[in-house]
Amino acid sequence: MAFFSKTDKDQYPSFWKEYLNAFNIQKTKTGFFANVLDAKPFNQTRFVIFDCETTGLDYKEDRILSIGAVTTIDNKVSITDSFELFLKQDLYKPETAKIHGILKEGTFTKVTEKEAVTQFIQFIGTDVLVGHHIGFDIAVVNTALKRLHLGVLKNKSLDTEILYKRLVHPVNKTLQDRRYSLDQLAEALKIPLQDRHTSAGDAFITALAFIKIVHRLNSDNSLRVKDLFRR
Amino acid sequence: MQNTIAHRIYDFLKQFPPFHLMESSDLLEICSLASVLYLDKDTVLFERDQPHSDRFYIVQQGAIKLTRPSGETTKVVDICDEGDLLGLKVTTRDTYRTTATANEETIIYSLPVKEFSAFTKANKTISNYLIASFASNIKDPYTLAQNGALLNSYEPDRNSSFLGIEKASYTTKVITCALDTPLQEAAQLMKEHRIGCIVITQENIPQGVLTNKELRNAIANNTITNSSLASDVMVHNVVCAPEHITTAEAQLLLLQNAIGHLVITTDGTQATEVIGILSKHDIVVAFGNSPAELLKEIKRAPKTKILRLAWDKATLLLNRYLQQNLPLSHILSLFAPLKNALLQRAMELSLRKMNTKPPVDFVWLSIGSQGREEQLLYTDQDNALIYENVDINKNEEIKAYFLQLANRMNKRLHKIGYDYCPADIMGSNPLYCLSLSEWQAQFSTWIINPTPASMLLSGIFFDYRGVYGSKEIVRELTDHIFSSLSTSSVFFRFMAKDALKNPPPVSFFRNFLVESDGAHKDEFDIKNRAMAPLIAGARVLALYHNMRDVNNTAARFERLTIIDKKNKELFESCAYAFKALLKFRVKQGLQNNNSGRFIILANLTKAERLKLKRCFKPLRDLQEVIRARFQTQNLS
Repeated sequence: MAFFSKTDKDQYPSFWKEYLNAFNIQKTKTGFFANVLDAKPFNQTRFVIFDCETTGLDYKEDRILSIGAVTTIDNKVSITDSFELFLKQDLYKPETAKIHGILKEGTFTKVTEKEAVTQFIQFIGTDVLVGHHIGFDIAVVNTALKRLHLGVLKNKSLDTEILYKRLVHPVNKTLQDRRYSLDQLAEALKIPLQDRHTSAGDAFITALAFIKIVHRLNSDNSLRVKDLFRR
Repeated sequence: MQNTIAHRIYDFLKQFPPFHLMESSDLLEICSLASVLYLDKDTVLFERDQPHSDRFYIVQQGAIKLTRPSGETTKVVDICDEGDLLGLKVTTRDTYRTTATANEETIIYSLPVKEFSAFTKANKTISNYLIASFASNIKDPYTLAQNGALLNSYEPDRNSSFLGIEKASYTTKVITCALDTPLQEAAQLMKEHRIGCIVITQENIPQGVLTNKELRNAIANNTITNSSLASDVMVHNVVCAPEHITTAEAQLLLLQNAIGHLVITTDGTQATEVIGILSKHDIVVAFGNSPAELLKEIKRAPKTKILRLAWDKATLLLNRYLQQNLPLSHILSLFAPLKNALLQRAMELSLRKMNTKPPVDFVWLSIGSQGREEQLLYTDQDNALIYENVDINKNEEIKAYFLQLANRMNKRLHKIGYDYCPADIMGSNPLYCLSLSEWQAQFSTWIINPTPASMLLSGIFFDYRGVYGSKEIVRELTDHIFSSLSTSSVFFRFMAKDALKNPPPVSFFRNFLVESDGAHKDEFDIKNRAMAPLIAGARVLALYHNMRDVNNTAARFERLTIIDKKNKELFESCAYAFKALLKFRVKQGLQNNNSGRFIILANLTKAERLKLKRCFKPLRDLQEVIRARFQTQNLS
């Protein structure tokens, strides 16, 4: 199939080529057998915390309404380095509007899905993605990429729910099997809730949760990025 | 691009000076350059003599403590709360003048200095504001105007060389009533605000005062009827003082007139408006910290911040007591009521924040060392909540209410200085916020099916003490526990085994056993190795002898000397050793400003080391007694 993929690749838009290329460069820099996660010390690693508001919970059918992302480096959330886009909709479900409050024709400036995905891919680069129940958000973005006839996201990802459970003390075993919504997670970590159900607001809350969790995991100050991925 | 978070920061900043003076478009632009930092308790934001960074900070949530060395100790210069600005360079010096550490978990915004100063230069009102606030050496003239006397209470260590020539601090929120207020209503007001004196005013001009004394006399003389008015009983001649009265003057005035309260008016006569009221209490607080006055201060604290300050003062008092080498049992009995009052007040404040009254009776338990009333320093909070049995359909809703309450309480205690429990043994944990029958079932499980893992928990939970709420619930739980205990003998053996798991901490060559790895390598863990075996031993013997309502380890040993005459001497020395160890730990903790748990042996004098070692001797004998009584050898 090699020649097929070759022609495919030639047709890729430039942002996608750059995206893929960045991973190749990263790999050649660290060496083939080395773990790319070891490349930078923890306090210099950029994490992209993101959240998608969608028209529903079916990642195959539902569409992205907005993408919000913030970044953290060394336990700081940077507002300059943040991302928030609202998307133009073909598919719109009025029944979810009461959760996220985004109307089909809202007051925000909106971009096409293609434009949004392009910007998002450029924003994240090769960095580690973090989110609450991130599997869904990644699936949604992957579906959007598929509609553009592109591949899937290649970034490593971390789920704040799974990370949080590593903090739960073994004496409270029964709590480990519990599921945590973002609200419950914020409550457990004593984070004030505001701007729930805007993608950027959720991303921001998730970022604070991520920082708090990492801070507790890093009590002896020797945490490496790859330790976060350990099961 | 849309920027929700920048908007959020904008919404926050615009409430506070000097940002409220800025054009909204400018402020929004600055906000989009912000970053957000999370600091855990005791994390350093910047240090004294470090060069200034190119950003300055605003506290969004939590508090930052600014300190500066003063002589041998460090002095707290200020505590920056929500909306306070710090780290802005105002002098020509390029280094920070103070060290900033997080006083609790804190979220701060940082903004770039360069862009901000561009706006301040363009906007005269802002630069004037900044100059005024820094020149007056007060961080924020606005808070000064609003809070008045509150501000100087930031220094709990008001010096001992107190001359009384400062301006007296007094309450500016005066509780008043009108001349035609019914007497009963006035008395109710006094009860509600817990004050002993109410000012009767007309258009804010004092007409008279009504104090406990007048009420008492009126009752004694039987002059009160249902239609009595406040003005019938009040004293017409009001002793007034001017705004800038010094503490010493105020004290003299009070003594001369043999009264408890001074009314502060604009020009110091009865003809002008009331601006404050000064009580004996204010004077005593100004002159020093006595436990009785501290207790009053805690009970009246209107918000958490004041509670924290009061508790800081209590810590200073503790330090002084230890320096004077007062007996520890005395110190403990002084501090237990203070601690109780603190917890109760914190709970009252938490309840006030709830939208509705508790749906059913509940009780807030202190457990672990707090439950044993052996906690003198700031340590972790261990607590739990029990509510009355409710209908099963309603349980979820009621549990949600109490979880929210417990969450508030835990946050509040954290703010006062108690860390969250690392094992999450707190009322806000759904596992430990249960109804009475659920708790009874939980204790039964621990008693009937003890496992090594459950022993860990029962070690903590069996030392409980009701702090706030229904005593009835606590009694029912205790009844249940003792009746379950009488049916299970295996539980005692497990508990005894647990008490024996740490042998006396002296090696074969009579050296101290120190930690061999981890963050505290080569330090001596006084809590785990010396105190825990004594605590566990006292607990199992106390439960075995059906000893109720005695939670304190030393008190338990003292009670055992009466019950178990044969080992009287041993228990006496255990009680003594425990008190000595606790004192040791508290002293170490105060010295190093931590929980005092880990001791660096090299820092001890030879005498101290000998004293410490002497405390281990009864431990060996105690463990012998337990081993013989509970037959723990053949327990796997």
